[in-house]
Amino acid sequence: MTTDNLTCIIVGASHAGVNAAFTLRNQGWQGKIILIDKDQHLPYHKPPLSKKALTAENQEIAALLKPEASYQQANIELILGAEVSNLNRESCTLDVTENGSLKTLQYDKLVLATGARPFIPPIPGLAGNRAVFAMRTLDDVKAIRACIDNKDVKRAVIIGGGYIGLETASSLLGLGLSVTLIEREERLLARVTAPVMSDFFKTLHQQKGVEVLTGLEVVSVNSEQDNQLVLCDDGTSIETDMIIVGVGIKVNAELAEQAGLKIDNGISVDEYNQSSDNNIYAIGDCANFKHSMFTQKVRLESVQNAVDQAKIVAKNLCGETIVNTAVPWFWSDQYDYKLQMVGLATGFDEIVLRRESAKQNTSLECLSAWYFKDGALLSVDAVNNSKAYALGTKAIQTGTKINRAVLADENEPLNHKTLFLA
Amino acid sequence: MVKITFITKDNKSTTLEADSGSVMALAVDNNILGIGGDCGGVCSCATCHVHVQEDQADKIGKASEIEEDMLELDDNTNEFSRLSCQIEISEELDGAVFYVAQE
Repeated sequence: MTTDNLTCIIVGASHAGVNAAFTLRNQGWQGKIILIDKDQHLPYHKPPLSKKALTAENQEIAALLKPEASYQQANIELILGAEVSNLNRESCTLDVTENGSLKTLQYDKLVLATGARPFIPPIPGLAGNRAVFAMRTLDDVKAIRACIDNKDVKRAVIIGGGYIGLETASSLLGLGLSVTLIEREERLLARVTAPVMSDFFKTLHQQKGVEVLTGLEVVSVNSEQDNQLVLCDDGTSIETDMIIVGVGIKVNAELAEQAGLKIDNGISVDEYNQSSDNNIYAIGDCANFKHSMFTQKVRLESVQNAVDQAKIVAKNLCGETIVNTAVPWFWSDQYDYKLQMVGLATGFDEIVLRRESAKQNTSLECLSAWYFKDGALLSVDAVNNSKAYALGTKAIQTGTKINRAVLADENEPLNHKTLFLA
Repeated sequence: MVKITFITKDNKSTTLEADSGSVMALAVDNNILGIGGDCGGVCSCATCHVHVQEDQADKIGKASEIEEDMLELDDNTNEFSRLSCQIEISEELDGAVFYVAQE
């Protein structure tokens, strides 16, 4: 396939978009590659934002996905700080506003890596409140740090007990703030993990000094000068200096929707990440895709998913025909605890929990939760236990059966020989 | 400045100069094929697997316990395997040669 005179436009320059652009070039795409994002900063790693970037001395130095010169070297045209306002599928054009001027760009292939934005719930007192922050972009982190550093902020309320909320709690505590975390569900991480892991993380954060309130809904926020009063549905009120909202995201699917592409929990795509228009693909957080491992379509919000889908699309655009077989994985660092997850636990009917003695030279607890369905391993959550994570990954990738008697016996060491059934 | 050489799966050799940062970051910044560094260098993804040149193994040092566990994800792992995000560049590393483990 010759791609000499073809233009590929990629909308969204985070993990998915940037990897798509560079993989396209590495795979031999000869034509133009244009990469557009509304974020004005050179594309950067997102996971550190709630972790290292928040606690770092200097927020100006972001961890770049690629140095600036790499884009020129790979002949990737990077358009930053630009809004894409209209997609016309008949003329294969995009309307792009950059520095106040509107231009129309023509594509042959279009990759939508538009991601998602924080969902700010319609709680009175949140919208327009300068003490309220999201945690999604480098600018969010800069704004949070500016508020803490300049206003001598001592107290923070975090709304939402998912990964973003928990990682932010860990970082803010590290910056010396007193932190209250409010979760509407009865347990933390309710959407993504089993009750046993929720309990573990609740205890961890409480031990570190976070006030964790679950089963509590914020009903309003009243500001008086620099003081915020957070009111909850049981009548509790909490005074604070700043509020960080991490209750989930809204997919940036409007551009696709307005163009008439099929939308279903994000931009609906097939196993090649191709949308209902043959010339348009969607990857990353915004794509609801057909994964070879799962019967239902899935939309995954993770770096792994963004990178793997980017590579799949780039290779397919360069003439290969491959589908996504990557087992989903994810990680979260909170305090000095490392959580690693692999697979998807959806539909599990059994959990085996394994607690092991702390590793040499650390006193950190070491545990893993193994999720099964009809005896087959679906997923593993591992805390300070990369061995369990690696073995779980291998077993899921190869469909190997697990010796659950060994797994459940904490005195039995875990390795390929003990754990895997032939 | 120290000189560090990467040899990729297609037998291409690239020698780069650096004075700090991780070996993974140096590879990613210079588009070395087969080094992903998807997790940004926190030993969570095992996409920066390299084999250390045998006679340099002592100089480069051994993998940590977490690193060793993560290396089990790759079929191509042997006693000279390291995750390059866990190797910091220093004067000691001058002349080091890393064989990239993935395509």
